Amino acid sequence: MEIDPFIFRFSIFILSIFVGYYVVWSVTPSLHTPLMSVTNAISSVIIVGAIIAALASSSGNIFETSNIFGFLAIVLAAVNIFGGFLVTQRMLQMYKKKKKDKK
Amino acid sequence: MISANLSAIFYLISGILFILALRGLSSPETSRQGNFFGILGMIIAITVTFLTVDNLSTAINYVLLFLVIGGAIGAFIAFKIPMTAMPELVAGFHSLVGLAAVFVAISAFLNPQAFNLGSPGDIKLASLIEMSIGAAVGAITFSGSIIAFLKLRGIMSGSPITFIGQHFVNLVLGISIFVLIYYLCTTQSESFFWSMIAISFLIGVLLIIPIGGADMPVVISMLNSYSGWAAAGIGFTLENTALIITGALVGSSGAILSYIMCKGMNRSFFSVILGGFGGDSTTGKEKKKDQKPVKSGNAEDAAFLLKNASSVIIVPGYGMAVAQAQHALREMVDALKKNDIKVSYAVHPVAGRMPGHMNVLLAEANVPYDEVFELDDINNDFANTDVAFVIGANDVTNPVAKTDPQSPIYGMPILDVEKCKSVLFVKRSLSPGYAGVDNELFYRENTLMLFADAKKMTEDIVKNI
Repeated sequence: MEIDPFIFRFSIFILSIFVGYYVVWSVTPSLHTPLMSVTNAISSVIIVGAIIAALASSSGNIFETSNIFGFLAIVLAAVNIFGGFLVTQRMLQMYKKKKKDKK
Repeated sequence: MISANLSAIFYLISGILFILALRGLSSPETSRQGNFFGILGMIIAITVTFLTVDNLSTAINYVLLFLVIGGAIGAFIAFKIPMTAMPELVAGFHSLVGLAAVFVAISAFLNPQAFNLGSPGDIKLASLIEMSIGAAVGAITFSGSIIAFLKLRGIMSGSPITFIGQHFVNLVLGISIFVLIYYLCTTQSESFFWSMIAISFLIGVLLIIPIGGADMPVVISMLNSYSGWAAAGIGFTLENTALIITGALVGSSGAILSYIMCKGMNRSFFSVILGGFGGDSTTGKEKKKDQKPVKSGNAEDAAFLLKNASSVIIVPGYGMAVAQAQHALREMVDALKKNDIKVSYAVHPVAGRMPGHMNVLLAEANVPYDEVFELDDINNDFANTDVAFVIGANDVTNPVAKTDPQSPIYGMPILDVEKCKSVLFVKRSLSPGYAGVDNELFYRENTLMLFADAKKMTEDIVKNI
C-alpha cells in the first residue's frame, strides 16, 4: 500500500497550523497591526500559481482566457506583495525605544 | 529549468522564511529582520517559479510587466497611506488576496494541463474539490473585505444592516455551495463552477453587512484568516508547499487574532458573526431620559489638573484616530514630562478598528513602545494614578461592564480608569459609544468632561501647560 501524496501535503498543512498557532501567540500585542499586514503580504505567495497560469500555453496563444486570469491575478498579488511588505516596513520603523532620559 | 524536487525544496525554504517573518514580530527589535525574511522568502518563491516553467514563451514579458505594474501600485499605496487609514488598507489588501485566489482557481479550472491536474472536463476529483474550496473561500474573502473596506472608509454606514430571515438565507446559500461542488465533481460542468463562485461572492457580502463598526477588529482578523485558508486551498491544488505552509500560518494567525478580539469584548465569535450589535435600535432603548449632572471643563481646567498630578495614564481610543490627535497628544505628554510627571499609555485590546491599531498610531507619533502598556499590565496602576486622560475611548472604560449583568457589554474586560483620583474625558458629546451603552463615568464627581475635537482640545491643553 502506497500513501497518497495528498496525505503528505495534508500533514504539512496540519503541522503548519500548529507552528502558526504557537508563533502567533508569541507575537507581542503591540505588533498586531504589522502582523496583519505581513501575513497579508506573505499570503500573496499565491502569485506562484498566477505565474504558472499566465505562462501556460498549450495552443501557442498567450492570451487565452486562462492566461488572462493569470495576468490579472499577478497584478493583484503584486500590489499586495509590494504594498504589504513596504507598509509593514514603514510601520516597524516607527517602533522605537525610549531614547531620551527617562523623565 | 530546475527539477521538481529541487523546486519543492526551495518552496519549503521560502515557507520556513515566512515562519521566521512571523516569529520576528515577537518583539519590535527583531521585527524588521523578520520582515526581511518575509521578503526573501517571497523572492525565492517567485524566482523558483520562473525557473520551473520549461519553455518560457513571450508571455514572460507580460508577466514581468504586470508584476511591475502591480508592484508600483502597491509601493505607491504603501508610501502614501496615512497610518490612521491602516484598517481600510488591510481590508483592501485582503480583498486582493481573495480575488487573486479566485482568478488562479478559474485559470486552473480552464487550463488544468498547465498544473498537471488532468484535462478540461476530466479534472482529478481531489484537485477539483481543492480548487473549488479555494475559489469559494477566496470569493467570500473578496466580497466580504470589500464591504469591510467600505464600512471602515465610511463610504458605507458602519451600522449593521439586518433583514428578516438573514441567517436562514445565509444558511441556504452556504449549503448550496456544497451542493454545487458536489454536482461540479460529478458532472465537471462549467456552469456549476461559475454559479458556485457567484454564490460565494454573495455570501461574502451578506456575511459582513450585519456586523457593526465596533466589531470591525474581529471582522478584519476573520477575513485575514479566510484569505489564508483560500491560499491553502489553492496550495493543495497546485501541490505547492510554500502556499500550503503560508496558508496555514495566515489562517491560524487570523483565527487567533479573532479570538483575542472576541475575548477583549467578552463576546462569542458566533454572536459577532451573526451581527446586529451596536445598531441604532440598542442606542434608542438604552438611553436614560433623565438628565444627570455632568461636570464639563475647558482646556485650562484640564491643564491645571494635569500639571498638578504626579502620574498620568493616557487611554487612547478610536476617537483619537479619527481626530488624528496622536501627534498633539505626544506633545502634551512631552510637556507633562518636562514637569516631572510620570506618563504611560494604556491600550485596550479592542481599542480602534483593528488589532494593534492604537499602538501603530502612537508609534507614528514617536511614542516609545515601552511606555505603552496592555490592559493586564497596567490595570492595577490606575488605583495609584492621579489623572486618567481618556481620549476618544469610551466603552472600554465603562464600569457598567463589571456591575450591570443586563448591559450588553457586561463581562467585557475594561480599563479601570474609575479608580484614578480624577478622570478627564476628551469627547465630542455625551453620546454613548458603539455598544450603545451610556457610560456612567461621565456623571461621576471626579470626572471632568472636555467636549471638543480630540486634536484641538489636546493642542489647547499644551498651550496651557
